[in-house]
Amino acid sequence: MPTMNLIQAVNDALRLRMREDPRVVVLGEDVGKFGGVFRATAGLVEEFGEERVIDTPLAEGGIVGAAIGMAMNGLRPVPEIQFSDFIYPAFDQIVNELAKLRYRSGGQYSAPLVIRTPSGGGIKGGHYHSQSPEAYFVHTPGLKVVMPSNPLDAKGLLLSAMRGEDPVIFFEPKRLYRAARGEVPEGEVEIPLGVAARAWPEAEAPALATVISWGAMVPEAVEAAQALAGEGVAVEVIDLRTLWPLDLDTVLASVKRTGRAVVVHEAPRSCGFGAEVVALVQERAFSWLAAPVQRVTGLDTPFPYTLELEYLPLAPRIARAVRAVVAYQP
Amino acid sequence: MAARTESLGRAHPAARAKREPSAPAADLERELRVYRHMVLLRLLDERMLTLQRQGRVGFYGSCYGQEAATLGSAAVLDAGDWIFPALREGGAMLLRGYPLVSYLCQIFGNSGDPTKGRQMPSHQAAASVHQVSWSSVIGTQLPQAVGAAHAARLRGEPTVVMAYLGDGATSSADFHHALTFAARLKAPVVFCCQNNQWSISLPVSRQTAAPELALKGAAYGVPSKRVDGNDLAAVLEAAGEAVAAARAGEGPRFLELLTYRLGAHSSSDDPTRYRDQKEVDRWLARDPLQLERLRLVEAGVWDEEREGALRGEQAEVIARAVAEAEAFPPPSPETLFEDLYADPPWIVSEQREALRAELAEAPRKKPGA
Ligand SMILES: Cc1ncc(C[n+]2csc(CCOP(=O)(O)OP(=O)(O)O)c2C)c(N)n1
Ligand SMILES: [Mg+2]
Repeated sequence: MPTMNLIQAVNDALRLRMREDPRVVVLGEDVGKFGGVFRATAGLVEEFGEERVIDTPLAEGGIVGAAIGMAMNGLRPVPEIQFSDFIYPAFDQIVNELAKLRYRSGGQYSAPLVIRTPSGGGIKGGHYHSQSPEAYFVHTPGLKVVMPSNPLDAKGLLLSAMRGEDPVIFFEPKRLYRAARGEVPEGEVEIPLGVAARAWPEAEAPALATVISWGAMVPEAVEAAQALAGEGVAVEVIDLRTLWPLDLDTVLASVKRTGRAVVVHEAPRSCGFGAEVVALVQERAFSWLAAPVQRVTGLDTPFPYTLELEYLPLAPRIARAVRAVVAYQP
Repeated sequence: MAARTESLGRAHPAARAKREPSAPAADLERELRVYRHMVLLRLLDERMLTLQRQGRVGFYGSCYGQEAATLGSAAVLDAGDWIFPALREGGAMLLRGYPLVSYLCQIFGNSGDPTKGRQMPSHQAAASVHQVSWSSVIGTQLPQAVGAAHAARLRGEPTVVMAYLGDGATSSADFHHALTFAARLKAPVVFCCQNNQWSISLPVSRQTAAPELALKGAAYGVPSKRVDGNDLAAVLEAAGEAVAAARAGEGPRFLELLTYRLGAHSSSDDPTRYRDQKEVDRWLARDPLQLERLRLVEAGVWDEEREGALRGEQAEVIARAVAEAEAFPPPSPETLFEDLYADPPWIVSEQREALRAELAEAPRKKPGA
């Protein structure tokens, strides 16, 4: 089985879909000859031509708006927004148009498209090459939101997203683009949207706390879990993979086993997607909880340049929160 | 006829020879002053890219090849005029008197940076020289520049605002907003579009089907002109006229400064993947520094010796400033929470205290810092 990094896995999924379905088109800034600033679309224009791999002008609202029209009229566009920090010029097209198109036309029109966009920090990108804007999109009814944490999931989830009928915002944690490597089968990989995975431990085992995370914070949560194991604190780490629709069954089953939950995300804390997870857990598993559910997150500040390691909720911050939750006395 | 475009008068090298040989002394003096800064900027860019490769600087977007367009246009501004820059106009601050050490501290992102190490390099800002903080988001500064210009007029100030943008930015929605508003409000704003012919990997011919970007300005009713951006004298003249018109209450102006990005888009880019070296070589022959040097030599105010002395002097100035700037420690973690609100809510102090406690227990390992 080939070993791939996360970019190669994305590239592989795009190529597979473009080969099997002539309706699939890729569009975005620098996606053609350059193959994308992160190389995620490398080789596609050579194989599929400029009609299906479109180097667009610099206008995100144009990219998404045009993709919506293409999707309404029978294509399967996969627009790329070069950094998720630059998705805001397309916010109107996504929130007011894409998300509501099927609903407002009484089901007569829809726009099945997948917006791919690198997100997250830790690459010295400062305020505008580091943000994690997933919560805005989960908050918008009509959109699905995905964020893989490893190459295998990236390929499988992207394939599922591209085959679905709903618009999907597909966040690719850029800190893991080259750092995450793993075996990825050639050809088909089936990973449905809306199904979480256990990232740690490998086999189900009794644990004192559940850590719930997604994207680039999953490896951090696993690192924290490994450190805590050395202290005799067993932890289960759940990788949501799809934020919306949330796999609530998997989350609740784990929390009911462990009695404690910590939600970890890179985005700022207040009104982050973690707040929704916490609310659902306490609404539906209150009687199983031995401690208040905690959040470990980025700070409620813009993402910094020099102090990014202070900002990010890395393994030490996660481990501290788990220790506190386990030690909690009412 | 409010809107018009004038096509390139001096783009072709042959056109240069026809230039009137005896420019007035005051013009030459100004050119010389700007030329010195062009050399400084060239040397600084080279040094910063070296430091970037050595891992001492995180990122860098250079002005290489665009020194005449950048500094020539900024040089015509008064001290009170404002600049809304894009990626490549940091050097205008140095021309307008900003200290080199502070400038370098921004690039190192350390505690000597007045903007507190928060932004990537090449995102300089200093109210002392009226250069506004650019985000990274292409085009966003343009409508803001229009508003600032309108405000100056309402306040009865003679300020002109210069707004910079690239060729790529002319596709952004904010470009449309800015030009529409500027013309409608008759705001004293000059748009300086640095058409360096590339937007990362996309050549301007594939960015837009408009044959000249100056046509775009004209379409909104803004008098617009294409100028040879590698010809310092031409830039000084055109920018001077545009700024004078804006200051005189005649409304906005749009300049397309035709130039060329001789270097990579940024330190993260590899242009060999998408453009032909032959094209770069053609433009190297029109290097704005070389063109201006020839002109100054022809005018009898410059020679090899002075050039050598200037370069030696400036290399030393840069070396000393780098040593001084690099010695500053990183910003303290407390600075993360400053400047967020005029009246900070409770969460700010709560998170500051939590971070302090966390770092006391588990300090961050800094790779290479
Ligand atoms: C809204 C937005 N989209 C995409 C980017 C990524 N990006 C950074 S610079 C750039 C090209 C800019 O080209 P141009 O305006 O010609 O300026 P130049 O870099 O040539 O000076 C792109 C696409 C961005 N910064 N902002
Ligand atoms: Mg450009």
